[in-house]
Amino acid sequence: MEQIVVNGLYLGAQYALIALGLTLIFSLMNVMNFAHGQMYVLGGFVTYTAVSQFDIPFFIALIISGLTLAIVGALIEKFLFRPVIKKSKRDESTMLLAAGIGFFLDSIILLLFGEKQRGVPKIVDGVFNWDFKIIMPYDRIVIGLIAIAMIITFMLIMHYSKAGRAMRALAQDKVAATLMGVDVDRYQMIGFALGAMLAGVVGGLLVSITGINLGMGGPTSTKAFIMIMIGGAGVIPGAIAGGFILGMMESVGLSVLSEYGDITYLLIFASLMIFLAIRPHGLMGKPWG
Amino acid sequence: MKKSRSFKACLLAGMVGLAISGTASAENPTLKIGFVGVTSGPAAAWGISNQRSMETRADWINEMGGVTIGGTTYDIDIVAFDDQKDPKRAVAGMEKMAQEGVHYVVGPNVDDGAAAVRPVAEQKGIMYFPYAFPKSLYAKPASNAVLGMVANYQSGPAIYKYLMENEDIKNVAFVAANESDPLSQRDSGVEAAKSLGLNVVSSNVTYQVDTTDFTPVLLPVIKTRPDLLVLSGVSPANAPQLIRSARELGYTGLISTETAQDAAVLKEGAGDLANGFISVGGASTPKLASDTMREFVKRYTDKYGEYNDESNTKVYALEYILETLKANPEAISDVGEFQQTMDTFEAPNPYMVGDAKLKYVGNSSFGQKRQLSVPLVVNTYSDGEFKTLFVAQVD
Repeated sequence: MEQIVVNGLYLGAQYALIALGLTLIFSLMNVMNFAHGQMYVLGGFVTYTAVSQFDIPFFIALIISGLTLAIVGALIEKFLFRPVIKKSKRDESTMLLAAGIGFFLDSIILLLFGEKQRGVPKIVDGVFNWDFKIIMPYDRIVIGLIAIAMIITFMLIMHYSKAGRAMRALAQDKVAATLMGVDVDRYQMIGFALGAMLAGVVGGLLVSITGINLGMGGPTSTKAFIMIMIGGAGVIPGAIAGGFILGMMESVGLSVLSEYGDITYLLIFASLMIFLAIRPHGLMGKPWG
Repeated sequence: MKKSRSFKACLLAGMVGLAISGTASAENPTLKIGFVGVTSGPAAAWGISNQRSMETRADWINEMGGVTIGGTTYDIDIVAFDDQKDPKRAVAGMEKMAQEGVHYVVGPNVDDGAAAVRPVAEQKGIMYFPYAFPKSLYAKPASNAVLGMVANYQSGPAIYKYLMENEDIKNVAFVAANESDPLSQRDSGVEAAKSLGLNVVSSNVTYQVDTTDFTPVLLPVIKTRPDLLVLSGVSPANAPQLIRSARELGYTGLISTETAQDAAVLKEGAGDLANGFISVGGASTPKLASDTMREFVKRYTDKYGEYNDESNTKVYALEYILETLKANPEAISDVGEFQQTMDTFEAPNPYMVGDAKLKYVGNSSFGQKRQLSVPLVVNTYSDGEFKTLFVAQVD
């Protein structure tokens, strides 16, 4: 049981970090970023390239991934989403645009980085083994702690920095924030860049654990959507809660239900449908949108 | 006046250039050979190794002047289609091949794709060379599919038997992705293990194809303490992560699979933890490889920057197609002729030393010759490379 809980916490920390970026973008712009998974994959490949091809230390490579995705996110927001949001009256336009960006990034990633699974050497060797009750490789412990530290840092930035307060104001009420002098365009771009950066950094962190390949983008986006639906779209604490809930459900389901075949995700989706039927705005989402 | 003269000179030069290039390409007619398979996503290495093997070999043949079939010399043109491991797309790819007048197609790479294209291939007169194992594709009444490699129900028993005799394994566990190809490989692996007298301690654990963290998946399997953990139908992307998770959970037994893997991917994903991992290798080893095989590897590496060991197997499909067409030129546009020729076809194997032959096999497994004869090479991974464990032939 202890192993199941530890696995769940580790998975939850990763997932929460992935979900944070997605929910931030949604809260600021009301855009479901279907390309979020592809940004995660791109970040992973940037880290892989920096470490394996240029012998750059892993943590520097992570910073490079973050900066690269921040720039990509800013450019996507400024030149693609902003004009579409301003001109189009339909929400579907941004959804289609996001999906198209996802396909585009998939093709770019295939061209630049190829089709193979890639990985980098473990950042820490060795396995923590507590009497065979808890077995956890040290590199996962380090990555898990980094993920938690990043979540805390993100929360502090959102609460105490000027940019964070501006973004929260925009998320609460865009019109009121504009009237109070918040530069909508500037902070939406910063928010999108921050969301993309988070996706890229997670991809970079996990390339040392799970590796990276082109096919990971779509499933990562799907899991991110599940998390924010559980926690409440556009609500940052909800994304964190959703991440940890999904992580624990996966860990428990895979261990306890394994003898019945692969029904863990069947049960997760069934539970999600029932949950959303009862509480469509998620755990912490606002019923009025 | 000067402008008009220089314009006319340019026009003339352009026309001469077009005429020359037109003449050059008109010298050899083109023989199109198709490829429909997965070249993107986690299993991309399987399809890309096919496509690149075919393109490397085709370029080489064209450079040497083309291939002569029935007195006509052809340039080979590889027409490729990425089916993304989606049966619907595989069908679309096969229909595209039919529209382009292609009668010989390599692929698809997986069971459901190969099954989906069967009606199209049989209706449109296409022989296809899948890398999928279900016997129904190759046994009568099926007629148009030819298995391009050794099947897991042929390699599995050979591997398990070898490990029983040499490593004294008694208990075996299976884990598979929740997809038709891996599940059917698992089922036939379980059947083979039981018929050899092995104790199957776990065979129900499966995982989603897009799983990235395998620790929760493998935890219940490792608890059953197998001597051998079989990763049924595992893709090259997932293999290193499964191996790594198993080893990090403290598993010290053997790990094997009956699919082809990539040493570079194993090295990056699992490093030393992958040492001892057993897989089915490319149909070549340093001892078996001829100068032609070595030249092929060099050309492939020069063209694409890195080699994939799987291409040692994947190079054969195009060779078999061309040699069979040489043996019966009428088969160029009539697959019925091709099928008749297969029963008695034999030609020197350019990729192996000695007097090895290209021939079609499969009477034992399928009741008819619907399989390329390629060596069964079983490898073990060690420090970034595959080392040969043993070599066998199958029927």
